[in-house]
Amino acid sequence: MKTLINIGIAIIVSASMVSCFNDKKPNYQYFPNMYEPVGYETYGEYDIFPGQQEAMMPVENTVPRGFVPYEYDDSTEGLELAKAELQSPYEVTEENLATGAHLYTIYCAVCHGDKGDGKGILVTREKFLGIPSYADAGRNIVLGGIYHVETYGLNAMGSYASQTNEKERWQIAMHVMDLKASLKGEPGILETTKAEANTASETEPK
Amino acid sequence: MLVFLLTFSTTIYSQDEAAAASQEAPADAAGGDVAAGESLFKANCAACHKLDKKAVGPALRNVADLFDKDWLHKWIKNSQGLIASGDAQANKIFEENNKMIMPPFPGLSDEDIDNILAYTSKPKAEPKAPVADAAAAGGASTGGGGVSNGLVLGALALIFLLLVIMLYLVTNTLKRIAEANGVVYEKEEKEKRLPIWKAFVQNQFLVMVFSIVLILVGSYFAYGYMMQVGVDQGYAPVQPIHYSHKIHAGDNQIDCNFCHSSARKSKTSGIPSLNVCMNCHKNISEVAEDTATEEYSKEFYDGEIAKLYKAVGWDAENQEYTGKTEPVKWVRIHNLPDFAYFNHSQHVTVAGVACQTCHGEVEKMEVMEQFAPLTMGWCISCHKETNVNLANNEYYAKIHEELSKKYGVEKLTIAELGGIECGKCHY
Repeated sequence: MKTLINIGIAIIVSASMVSCFNDKKPNYQYFPNMYEPVGYETYGEYDIFPGQQEAMMPVENTVPRGFVPYEYDDSTEGLELAKAELQSPYEVTEENLATGAHLYTIYCAVCHGDKGDGKGILVTREKFLGIPSYADAGRNIVLGGIYHVETYGLNAMGSYASQTNEKERWQIAMHVMDLKASLKGEPGILETTKAEANTASETEPK
Repeated sequence: MLVFLLTFSTTIYSQDEAAAASQEAPADAAGGDVAAGESLFKANCAACHKLDKKAVGPALRNVADLFDKDWLHKWIKNSQGLIASGDAQANKIFEENNKMIMPPFPGLSDEDIDNILAYTSKPKAEPKAPVADAAAAGGASTGGGGVSNGLVLGALALIFLLLVIMLYLVTNTLKRIAEANGVVYEKEEKEKRLPIWKAFVQNQFLVMVFSIVLILVGSYFAYGYMMQVGVDQGYAPVQPIHYSHKIHAGDNQIDCNFCHSSARKSKTSGIPSLNVCMNCHKNISEVAEDTATEEYSKEFYDGEIAKLYKAVGWDAENQEYTGKTEPVKWVRIHNLPDFAYFNHSQHVTVAGVACQTCHGEVEKMEVMEQFAPLTMGWCISCHKETNVNLANNEYYAKIHEELSKKYGVEKLTIAELGGIECGKCHY
């Protein structure tokens, strides 16, 4: 009888030693009140918020810091207008182009391809189809239009305004212009703006 | 060369396909190469049109039966021109589709358009029902690999238990038989011998050695036990929507920053809001056949995408938002205690640390789990070992130079820049 009890104890002990680890549940903590924040944490769940969600939409009629209003409509007319008259408030510099290229690789290249030929990995794997090349003859791709499409999206492409800010979208747009030029075998946007600036400075003194 | 190979292989494929199609549908007399049409369709039309589902534009299966062929040619080449010319049918369709402009395709020849129309007129491929069903059933039954494992172990344990009971019963029976036969157990020796524990207690040296060993082993286990309190390494909770990092970041090579866009410039890496999912999943309402694995079937994944649609309030049928949303309660995995400060942008953008350094090979994780222990010792050891990239940082050039001189090293670690001062993370 005694041995039976001993065996029982041994089984219970060994079972409790191996069975405690459960990867579906967080581990317990030593004095949790040192770990858990007193304030409301990002993405936390608290009764005070609607739907218990700390993450909420911005209050209506407010803008985030550094926000620049964009006055063109999300419509075909808006796109045409942006193509015709919208100019980048940022200068085309090597630094901006480098940042744009980096961001392009993150956000655009999966579909549009590293070269802008519309053959990104999602296209070659047939997840997305029919992505046009930037050099496509039927399309009028200009800086303002790119910015407009990045902001609002177009057809099957969604808006990227939540992932990038205004300046970043302009930087990406510059890089897209560069890609378009290199696909067509034309000089890049940096050279063309420099050339324009030169001709402007030549004509100005007169 | 590669392009040539590709076209070559598609033409081979296309011939089979075309032959099959012509057998299936001899009525498809419009004439036109189905396979050439398919590649043209995928290159030009598929961005907005699907064959059997409404996407940005209407579904196009059998569109050639609905409209006059010449009219379709005009429409595809320049739909806006046709609308402007006052064509009643064109205007009607334009109105019906919320005045969505279809770009002109002047580059497509008449033959190309015929090919595309031949492709859209191709009868819908019947799903290989029995095979697919069997595969689905197989996928479902193997869906819970963990459960079947547990079952096997349980059965083994049960068998083991039965064996023990049987052994016990057998000895009892044998004993009884022996007693019946007159064999008497004698416990004669027992009286004379000293019980072993008494002998042990009397041997003081043995007691001392034993207690020292006991203390050492005990404290070793106690230490290990206490050090894992509050450490969540390997924590892999069940999420409300089964999101596979393996499919997104691994197979499809989507950059981590694509969805976790705030890691570049904010303290938290950001749980992507559902609009980011919808940027792609507006178009992708079901996974491809080859995405399904043995553990997770295609039906399972499609169901998870349906959960996303439900949460974000997307009516896939009519391609519009219903406005009825419900929050997704993602379970947070990586969580630092309140008394430690950590900033993602500082590590991602400033230091250029790869996400995988701390989060492991997320691109291979079907179920996300915590890779690093996230303990203070883990932070410190990285800060002591990692060199800081000092290039292109003229503003601090002088201080970096002086620090290098002070420590007598060429490359500075983060610790040498003050990265292990208490106040850097605890305040």
